[in-house]
Amino acid sequence: MPDAISLESRPRLAAKVRLRYDRKAERYMLLYPEKGLVLNPTAADVAQLCTGEHTVGAIVAQLAAKYGQDVPTVEREVMNFLVALTERGLVQEAP
Amino acid sequence: MSSEFRPYTLIAELTYRCPLRCPYCSNPVDWARRRNELDTPTWLRVLREAEDLGVVQLNLTGGEPLVRDDLEPLIEGARQLDLYTNLITSGIPLTRARLEGFRARGLDNVQVSIQDVTADASDRVAGYASFEKKLEVGRWVKELGMPLTLNIVLHRENLDRVPEMIALAERMSADRLELANTQYLGWALVNRRALLPTREQLERARAAAADARRRLLGRMEILFVTPDYFGEYPKTCMDGWGRRFIVISPEGLVLPCHAAHTLPELTFENVRDRALAAIWSDSPGFTAFRGEAWMPEPCRSCSRRTVDFGGCRCQAYHLTGDAAATDPVCTLAPTHGLIDAAHAEAAASNASLRYRSPKLAAAR
Repeated sequence: MPDAISLESRPRLAAKVRLRYDRKAERYMLLYPEKGLVLNPTAADVAQLCTGEHTVGAIVAQLAAKYGQDVPTVEREVMNFLVALTERGLVQEAP
Repeated sequence: MSSEFRPYTLIAELTYRCPLRCPYCSNPVDWARRRNELDTPTWLRVLREAEDLGVVQLNLTGGEPLVRDDLEPLIEGARQLDLYTNLITSGIPLTRARLEGFRARGLDNVQVSIQDVTADASDRVAGYASFEKKLEVGRWVKELGMPLTLNIVLHRENLDRVPEMIALAERMSADRLELANTQYLGWALVNRRALLPTREQLERARAAAADARRRLLGRMEILFVTPDYFGEYPKTCMDGWGRRFIVISPEGLVLPCHAAHTLPELTFENVRDRALAAIWSDSPGFTAFRGEAWMPEPCRSCSRRTVDFGGCRCQAYHLTGDAAATDPVCTLAPTHGLIDAAHAEAAASNASLRYRSPKLAAAR
């Protein structure tokens, strides 16, 4: 199992993953070998912040401010998304 | 055209030439007659047109794409278009310096095939002493910090070694392991009697892959592609005809799958003659089996018709002689007895492998 993600983790996209804007669907997508994952706008915001510089806590704070939502709700959504991406090997923790 | 039909992936078969002679090669058996390869400017134009049409993924494949000397400009062109580019290769012939050049130009992923877990067994299937070199190429990929997919085609002779294959992929630090059972088209259909495994073999291998997938979750992605002949229903071949994929053959034919030009009733257009968007939207080859209108019973009234889209047209043709028939691997197909007969034939056979060669097509 991958290491558990915490608020202190600094997630980054795995080497095999590229984030690309898809002008047909007007959505961001994550591209990796032979697959793609279309992201909704919030997920795209999270993916763009997965650079290894920001902690999960900082990402949550930034999104909560941007969308005017309460931190616990945003935290739950961001965590679920990052856990799913980690299990698919698309996101790793920065060393 | 509706957004249901949008190509996401371009499979660019740059050449049918290959130093290996694998007896399950998916190239057409008459590959040697198809020599007139597209040139670099045409491929670069095709990449631009494909991206404009919606393509975001590019697979550079063959034959062996490394025998082309223009992979560098093609990778560079793909990167400028922000395509995710995957090189699908045997690793022969390659130098570390050339691979470094690919990385510098923006190659995203390297998929290296091996044929088995030991040099003897792998080289025997490849018909070429290549195993050690392939492992070296895998090491280079990882040393250069690139993602590595290891691909192994499974069949009767190597299916029992799936646990060893997983262990090898772990030792190589592969990011992704593709365990793909042979699909019985092209050269694999020629060799079906010698390649088709038993159901017991398949189930053991599938279980081993499933265990490893759980154990390696988040570290190594493991794909296990089951062979068509063992399912209850057909696979969603190419995600449906002309829905998600474009294949372009070395000579420029624009195809819904890599074997579509083996269907004699269909005509396919060449990218030298017309714009890719036009060919995609209205060429007879693409419209022939797009959607549901072409479907016979039992597909036409089947609830799975929008799940598997009637299965594989090439398989239907090569097994029944009718490309519009229900895929015989479907247990609901009137011709499903052909599959039972193939299992019985394989079980009773000790046929040896016939290698891919330029001559077999003429001999058949």
